Amino acid sequence: MKKFLVLIPVALSGIFCDLHAQIPGMGNGQIHGNFQIDAQYYNPDSAIGAPAVPEKALSNGFGNLIYTNGKFMAGIRYEHYLNVMQGFPVDYKGTGIPYRFATYNNDGLEITVGSSYDQFGSGIVYRAFEDRGLGYDNALDGARVRFTKVKGLAIKGIWGKQRTFFTSSPGIVRGIDGEINLNTLLGHKMDSCKTTFIIGGNFVSRYQIDQNPLLDMPQNVGAWSARMNIIRPKLNLFGEWGYKINDPTLGNNYIYKPGTALFVSATYATKGLGIMVAAKQIDNFGFRSDRDAAGNTAIINYLPALTKQHTYQLAAYYPYATQPNGEISWQAEIGYKFKKGTALGGKYGTSLTLNYSQAHGLDSTELHDEATTALGYETNLFGLGALYFQDVNIEVFKKFSPKFKGTFLTGVLQYNKNVIEGKIGYPIIMTHYAVFDLIFKLNDKLTFRTDLEHMYAKEDFGSWGMALAELTIGEHFFAAAMDQYNYGNKHEELRIHYVNAQAGYYWGTNRIVVGYGKQRAGIFCVGGVCRFVPASNGFTISMTSSF
Amino acid sequence: MQIAAAFLLFTAFTLKQDNLQKLAAVDVKGLDGKIINTGSFSNNGKPIVVSFWATWCAPCKKELNEIAEVYEEWQKETGVKVIAVSIDDARNSPKVKPYVEQQEWTYEVYLDENQDFKRAMNVNNVPHTFVLNGNNEVTWQTNVYNPNGGVEDIYKHVKEAAAAAEKK
Repeated sequence: MKKFLVLIPVALSGIFCDLHAQIPGMGNGQIHGNFQIDAQYYNPDSAIGAPAVPEKALSNGFGNLIYTNGKFMAGIRYEHYLNVMQGFPVDYKGTGIPYRFATYNNDGLEITVGSSYDQFGSGIVYRAFEDRGLGYDNALDGARVRFTKVKGLAIKGIWGKQRTFFTSSPGIVRGIDGEINLNTLLGHKMDSCKTTFIIGGNFVSRYQIDQNPLLDMPQNVGAWSARMNIIRPKLNLFGEWGYKINDPTLGNNYIYKPGTALFVSATYATKGLGIMVAAKQIDNFGFRSDRDAAGNTAIINYLPALTKQHTYQLAAYYPYATQPNGEISWQAEIGYKFKKGTALGGKYGTSLTLNYSQAHGLDSTELHDEATTALGYETNLFGLGALYFQDVNIEVFKKFSPKFKGTFLTGVLQYNKNVIEGKIGYPIIMTHYAVFDLIFKLNDKLTFRTDLEHMYAKEDFGSWGMALAELTIGEHFFAAAMDQYNYGNKHEELRIHYVNAQAGYYWGTNRIVVGYGKQRAGIFCVGGVCRFVPASNGFTISMTSSF
Repeated sequence: MQIAAAFLLFTAFTLKQDNLQKLAAVDVKGLDGKIINTGSFSNNGKPIVVSFWATWCAPCKKELNEIAEVYEEWQKETGVKVIAVSIDDARNSPKVKPYVEQQEWTYEVYLDENQDFKRAMNVNNVPHTFVLNGNNEVTWQTNVYNPNGGVEDIYKHVKEAAAAAEKK
C-alpha cells in the first residue's frame, strides 16, 4: 500500500506536468506491448494417457508493456497461470509481475535495475533468457551495467538473483564480461586488414550458503571462459573455452571434480554455398544458482545442442539436448543452391542442405579409491563414450512453378533414450523419417499446403504416419486438419489416430487460433531447453496481440 | 495493488504518446562481428523493412526468399532497404551467414542472439515484419507470413512510406 501511495504523485505529475520537456535529452515517451493468452479444455482420455484435470480447463497468459522515452526504458510483464497448463512446470502458480526493469543509457554507460536478460560470449558460462512457449525464464533480478564508451571495447557486469517461477533462486550471481574488437579499437591502423579479430573473456561467481550437514560445500563457485573470433569476408572461426571450479550439485551427484567446456565452430560462406562445422566437449559443466535444483530451474549457463533443430513433427520426435555432465559432439552442414537454368537448378533454382551431427558420452573411469572418490571420475580426453545421438539428413527445397513449391526432408536418426530421457533398458532407437511439404497456390486468395510425414522407429513405438492439410483463405484466415497415426505400434490397442483441427483468424498484429482434438505426448524443445508435454484431448484457444 | 500502481504509472506517462512507434535502440551484432545499435539503422530517409526470422523458422525463410526474388525491383522503385534480424541463439547462429550466402540474400543481416531487440520491439514469435518510414518510425507491421500476397502487402506499405517521404 505504501508503495502505491508513493506512486500516485509520480503518476499525477506525469498527467499534469510536461515531464518530457523537463528532462533534458529525452524525446516524447511511447508505450508499446504485447499479449498472449492460451487456454485449454481437457477431456480425460485413457486410451492416449490424458489424465482428468480437476479444473477441467486451464489457462496461461502474459502481457508485456515497455515504456521508452529517449534514452530511458522501463517495462513490466504480468503473467497468469490459472492454473498452469499441462506440460508447463507446475511451480508456476497464480498471478504476478515477476518481470520489471528500468534502464537508462547515458552516453556509453547503460544501467539497468530490476530484471535483465543477457549472455556472455556464446553463453556457456552465463546466459539469462526466456522462452515463454516452454515456460522457461531465468531472468536476473538485480543490476546490470554495460560500458561501451570506448569504441571497440564492451564491458558488462551483472549482479543479482535468478528468477525461479514467482520467487528467486537462493544463490547470488555476480559476473563481468569484456570483449575487444581489435580492428575497431585500433581504428585506422587496421583499415587495410580484411581480417577482424575479436577476443573476450568473462568471470561469473555464485554464492550460496552451505547448510549441508554431511558434505563441505564451496559457498563461492567461480566459472570463467575465454573466447576468440576471427572473421574474414568468407570465413568465420570461433572458439570458447570455459572452466568451473569444483561445484558439488544434485546434477553431478555431489562430486568435487572441476568442470570444463570447449565450443568451436568454423564457417565458410560464398555466393550459393555455405559450410559450417562445429564441435564441443562438455565435462561436468552444469552451472546453477542453486546446487540442489533439478529440472530446468536456476540454470546459469547455456550449453547449446549441436544438432539440426527440426520443425517438422515426426523429424522432431526425438530431439536432443546437451548432457551437462559430459558429452562430446560435433556437427557439419553444407548448403548449396543450384543455379537457375542448370540441370538440377531448373527454372527457379534448387536449394540442398546436408546435415550430420553426432553426440557421445565421455570416455571416463569411475574413481573408487578413498583419496580420489570425491572427484567422481576421470576423463580420457581423446576417447569417446557411448553413442547418445546421431542424425544424418538431407533437405531439398524446390520451386517448380510460381504456383507450386515443395520441401523434401529425409534422414536417419539414432537416439539413446536411456541417457536423454533417463529411462532404463531401451536399446538405441533408430529411426528413418521422411517429410514432403508441398505448397500449391490455387489462386490469389487461396493457398493449399500439405505436409506428409512418415517415421519408422521399431525399437520404440513403431511406425508413425502423418498427414496435414492447410488452407489459407484470403489475407486473414486459415484452417488446418492433421492426423498422426501410430499405425505400427506393437500393441494393437495403441494404434491410435491423433486427429486435430485448427482454425485461425488474424488481422493487423492480432491473431486468434482455436483447435480441437488429440495431441500426442512429446518432448518439445527450443534453443537448449526441452519440456515434456503429456498427451491431451480437448479444445484450445490462443490469442496474441502486439502494439 | 502493485499492478494497479504500475498501470497508473504507465497510463500517466503515455498521455502524450506519439502516433508512430519509434524503432527501439538496442545493440545487435553484424555478421562482421561489429556491435551496432539499432537506433543507428539508416537508409537516408527512405523506407526500411525490418524482418525478424530464424534459421529454424520455415515461414520466415519462405517470406524472405520470396522478397529476395523481387528485392532488386523494390530497391529500384522505392530505394527500400531490407534488414533481416536473426533471433537464432548460439545453437544456430553459426548457421546464419552460411544460409544467407546460400540463398544469395543481399539484405543487411544482424544477429539478435539473446533477443534484446525482439523484446524491445514486442515481437512474440517469428516471423514479425515492420515497415519503417524514413524517420525510423513503424508505419505498419505484421506477425504472420501469408502466402496469399503477404509479400505484396509488405510492398504496398513500403510504397506508401516511400511516397510519404517524397512529399516531405
